[in-house]
Amino acid sequence: MTDTSGTSDTSAAPHKAGAFDIRNIIGALMGIYGVILVLAGLLGEHEPDKTGGVNANLWTGLALIVVAAVFIGWARLRPIVVPEGFDRPDDDPTRPAPQRKRPPTH
Amino acid sequence: MSETLIDATWLDYLLVAIYFGFVLGIGVMARRSVSESIDFFLSGRSLPAWVTGLAFISANLGAVEIMGMSANGAELGLPTFHYFWVGAVPAMLFLGVVMMPFYYGSKVRSVPEFMFRRFGTGAHLVNAISFAVAQLLIAGVNLALLAGIVRALLGWEIWIALIVAGVVVLSYITLGGLSAAIYNEVLQFFVIVASLVPLTLIGLHRVGGWDGLTDKITAASAGASSASEAPPADQQLNAWPGQALSGFDSPLLSVIGIVFGLGFVLSFGYWTTNFVEVQRAMASDSISSARKTPIIGSFPKMFIPFIVIVPGMISAVLVKEMIDLKNGGSPEGGASGEGVAYNDALLLLMRDVLPNGLLGLAIAGLLAAFMAGMAANISAFNTVFSYDLWQRYIRKNHSDDYYLRIGRIATVGATVVAIFTAQIALGYDNVMNYLQTLFGFFNAPLFATFILGMFWKRMTPTAGWVGLVAGTLSAIAVDRTAAAGVFELSGQGVAFLAASVAFTVDIVLSVVVSLVTKPKPASELRGLVYSETPREERTDPHEASYPWWRRTLPLAGISLAMVIILNFAF
Repeated sequence: MTDTSGTSDTSAAPHKAGAFDIRNIIGALMGIYGVILVLAGLLGEHEPDKTGGVNANLWTGLALIVVAAVFIGWARLRPIVVPEGFDRPDDDPTRPAPQRKRPPTH
Repeated sequence: MSETLIDATWLDYLLVAIYFGFVLGIGVMARRSVSESIDFFLSGRSLPAWVTGLAFISANLGAVEIMGMSANGAELGLPTFHYFWVGAVPAMLFLGVVMMPFYYGSKVRSVPEFMFRRFGTGAHLVNAISFAVAQLLIAGVNLALLAGIVRALLGWEIWIALIVAGVVVLSYITLGGLSAAIYNEVLQFFVIVASLVPLTLIGLHRVGGWDGLTDKITAASAGASSASEAPPADQQLNAWPGQALSGFDSPLLSVIGIVFGLGFVLSFGYWTTNFVEVQRAMASDSISSARKTPIIGSFPKMFIPFIVIVPGMISAVLVKEMIDLKNGGSPEGGASGEGVAYNDALLLLMRDVLPNGLLGLAIAGLLAAFMAGMAANISAFNTVFSYDLWQRYIRKNHSDDYYLRIGRIATVGATVVAIFTAQIALGYDNVMNYLQTLFGFFNAPLFATFILGMFWKRMTPTAGWVGLVAGTLSAIAVDRTAAAGVFELSGQGVAFLAASVAFTVDIVLSVVVSLVTKPKPASELRGLVYSETPREERTDPHEASYPWWRRTLPLAGISLAMVIILNFAF
């Protein structure tokens, strides 16, 4: 699906993006939200007069868990491979914060 | 302390806290460079098109979209869809198909930089100043809406909420939120969709489905009091001809106003020259991905109105205060503290239909969107102020540390100024009217100069700045004449007219001035003007080997076909 995947077999030690692959981050946040909303739907107040009788927290929670599973599954099946020696990002030069301390590149 | 608009519980605050934990956590890790993967994702030119496409949409899915469009939906109904189907998708496709190769190829970091290369100093200076002013004014809009949420949650006075919201944005920028911009924007997109989809579905369920909604709008319109300024029901329930939106009584003029004013000038001006968004595409891994970024973004963009405009329409028939407002009343309360306004449509609907839990998700999404939106405005202001203005015109050849210090001062200064420009935004009942007015002042002439300069190599540097100045001044003149009561157009008609006038004045003057002044030599226009750029520099050599669903033009064609179908369906 992505331009960087699919060629991993050629290099000796492919370095996967792993936990910080953006799809895993999306999956983690959606998953946490899903679980909390399911719990809120099962254990919390139901408030049917607001939602017109639907247990909205429960259903949204379940949907979010499915979304999370899709993203984490996608990241597992087609991992993004971090190539050797890509350009490191520049810190935003105008941001009023300590600059990132990075070892000089070779 | 007054009573709060929304009753949030610990559960809602927990969901908000988790979101900020994620965003700030990634920001801090990005800054410390702890993970090679994060560096990889944030390094320039490495991302697949689906990520940049979502970030592209998300960078725009802020205050304007969510609050402005739901306010417009509540006030005017379905014609608001034009902002998406006429006012966004065609321009996004044009950006991807025609303009992106120039941006991606020339590697410019800002609009003024492109102006400098094409036209030299005059146009650069004019554009840098107007861009900086526009960013400060738009940051004020974001801040005003952010403060509105703080006030709705905590019940503080609006000016305290403004200062607190300003401090929050400043600490978000300082803690590194912007370093992880791509992650934030994609996460933000999912959180917003995850909260607005249930809001829309529950809202529709409450009013009895789509039929229930149309019945209620028709009934409300039939029984409206004479004080009501709401448009008749058939205008609210059909996207075309959209007199309620354009303010023209004649259907024909209305269609022309929407297609030319909104669809062509305002929307092309906004999407093709807005570097807060264009920069997202610059982070993609190839010229092909850069071109596909806005095109992929156009697919979610087509369906976003269903989760922002429809809730606004539901709010206008379900929420007590909104019904009263639309019927000509002036109910108490509202986020600004000066009575309920259309801007409050979404917040009030959330209060009425979302249970605690989902409410927290929605608050997290809104806070994230407005904060990131304002942070992006301030960062854009900062780049232009420090490098395009200060370094080029005021203090040349100082050390990097010097410009960094200037940048820090500019960030704090811009936040303080935004607290004041937020006051202007608070004066508008429907924030969309204000934003479209601003876009007419700044983006419409810019687009005219861009498009002429990109396709007509004869256009001269003098014409560049003369067109920009005259365009902006004529838009302001139209707006002030309307404000003085010389003529009257309701809805966003004045903004459409001002934008169209600015565009026309800019084009005409640019052509006239170009014919009597000296153009730049053709050798300096390579990569900047269409006819002087070889075809190989404009296209991706690998593109032809991709399957059709990964190529630019077929995707753009599908998107265009879908949006035409949507226009007929509503």
